[in-house]
Amino acid sequence: MTDVVLSCTKISKAFGALQASKDVSLDLQAGEIHALIGPNGAGKSTLIRQISGAMKPDRGTVHFLGHDVTRLSAIERARLGLGRSFQISSVIPDFTVLQNVALAVLGDEGNSFHFFRDLLKGRPTVERAETCIARVGLEDRRAVRAADLAHGERRRLEIATALALEPRAFLLDEPMAGMGAEGASEMTRLLDTLRHEAPILLIEHDMDAVFALANRISVLVYGEIIATGTSDEIRSNAEVRRAYLGEEETA
Amino acid sequence: MMRREQILNGAVLLGLIAVPLWAWSSGEPFIITLATKVAVLGLAGVGLNIALGTGGLVSLGHAAFFGIGGYAMGILASHAQQYVPLFEWPLLVEGTKSMPVIWLVAIVFSGLAALLIGALSLRTSGVYFIMITLAFAQMLYYFAISWPAYGGEDGMAIYVRNSFPGLNTLDPIQFFAITFVILCMTLWFNARLVRSPFGTALAAARQNAERVEAVGIDPYKLRLAAFVISGMITGLAGALFADLNRFVSPTMFGWHLSGELIVFVILGGTGRLLGPVVGAAIFITLEHVLGGISEYWQIFLGVLLLGVVLVARGGVIAVIAGKGVAHD
Repeated sequence: MTDVVLSCTKISKAFGALQASKDVSLDLQAGEIHALIGPNGAGKSTLIRQISGAMKPDRGTVHFLGHDVTRLSAIERARLGLGRSFQISSVIPDFTVLQNVALAVLGDEGNSFHFFRDLLKGRPTVERAETCIARVGLEDRRAVRAADLAHGERRRLEIATALALEPRAFLLDEPMAGMGAEGASEMTRLLDTLRHEAPILLIEHDMDAVFALANRISVLVYGEIIATGTSDEIRSNAEVRRAYLGEEETA
Repeated sequence: MMRREQILNGAVLLGLIAVPLWAWSSGEPFIITLATKVAVLGLAGVGLNIALGTGGLVSLGHAAFFGIGGYAMGILASHAQQYVPLFEWPLLVEGTKSMPVIWLVAIVFSGLAALLIGALSLRTSGVYFIMITLAFAQMLYYFAISWPAYGGEDGMAIYVRNSFPGLNTLDPIQFFAITFVILCMTLWFNARLVRSPFGTALAAARQNAERVEAVGIDPYKLRLAAFVISGMITGLAGALFADLNRFVSPTMFGWHLSGELIVFVILGGTGRLLGPVVGAAIFITLEHVLGGISEYWQIFLGVLLLGVVLVARGGVIAVIAGKGVAHD
């Protein structure tokens, strides 16, 4: 547990009087799933946006693979190997599953400036895309437009897209959002195998999944991390129970 | 669905050859000129369609490139017909009446203009992008008006059509053949482009730029390249249009023309390969047929456009060939 892949150090971000991130420090180590939980409005999305590069922190730094990436854009971070999925499915609606994933392979290969070659006749690209599609179990749906997929399938397509980048770290924003119990347990199995490829920073509301998967859990409340620890530590942490889990247990 | 569109595309191109051939055999040179106009304005629309249809960039300033193409022809040919060189220093540059040279100059200069205009205007989006592209074209329009060396407001007449090796360009059917071949070559290029990695990423950026960024591709670069390619094609069409009329004037830079190009694309089918050609054919047919009946023929065009926008979003091609854009 020494190999830090991704870390943010004392990140702060304010929107006017609202302090969305307050001195947040967090790291992601090789081989682990680190879950970030917190009630709605705790600032999880803001934090994710600062890690992915969509937003610059007011203070603090983000390091990825030993580089200071604080000033880099989302595009540059993606190119370094930060594979992300979005809270609300972000796919290319008119593209088929295969085209969606092939686009990601293209991004990883870094040669989108070819004007003549037929993308879907490029063997290596398509083969790589198909491997990723098969891993999320969408091989029967490869020719279906993303807009016509069921919700759960679209979530899996996002994972396939992130996989195609062959990332050095995954940043998954609520991959199980809106999934039924069966879909969620399938996704849990999938994420469990993914951690050996690249560590996962997982934002998730599904507590069963979080406790089943996470090596470590960090709890974010009002922009601050109030605790980081293993499942058991978090479950027995009094402050966490009061701030967050307590709500569920008294209900 | 895709096959139906291909059959339709073939039929459109066959029709575009058949009409002037019929006109040629029955001695109707004016119809050949109309068909040439369809091919040339269709070509300009094909250029716009790469930016507008594939890239989602609503440019209301493509007249800038059309005009630059036109003036490239006008300036080179006027120097050649007056035997006055363009420059004598640092090296002697003379005018030319050779079409291939003029085309090359038109493509290069409209491409450079598109690079400059695109680099600035692509930093904005939506209504601002529309307005900035319009503003650039209007700047060129007023510049052309106030440039007395090349005709100012009156424009320039080129008395003899420029030449192409081995052909008699003064013969309407031979000039039509030139424009038709260029149109087909451009369409072939466009068809390849749409399926290429570049075209795929560009279309993806139109639908969801955030997703494209997340896979490490910069939408700005894609759009800029698309805008340059688009401007080059429209510029080439401008040079051909000037040669068709043997006349260049500032109206080639006018926002009317930018608007007409958008009408071609929307009427035929945004993002459809042959959309702009079909749109241009409908426009010119209406102009010719209804224009003879009423001076206000554009009212009918307006009604048609309204109909397309309200009930047939994908344009005429979608009505005939179905909705799906050709993809595997």
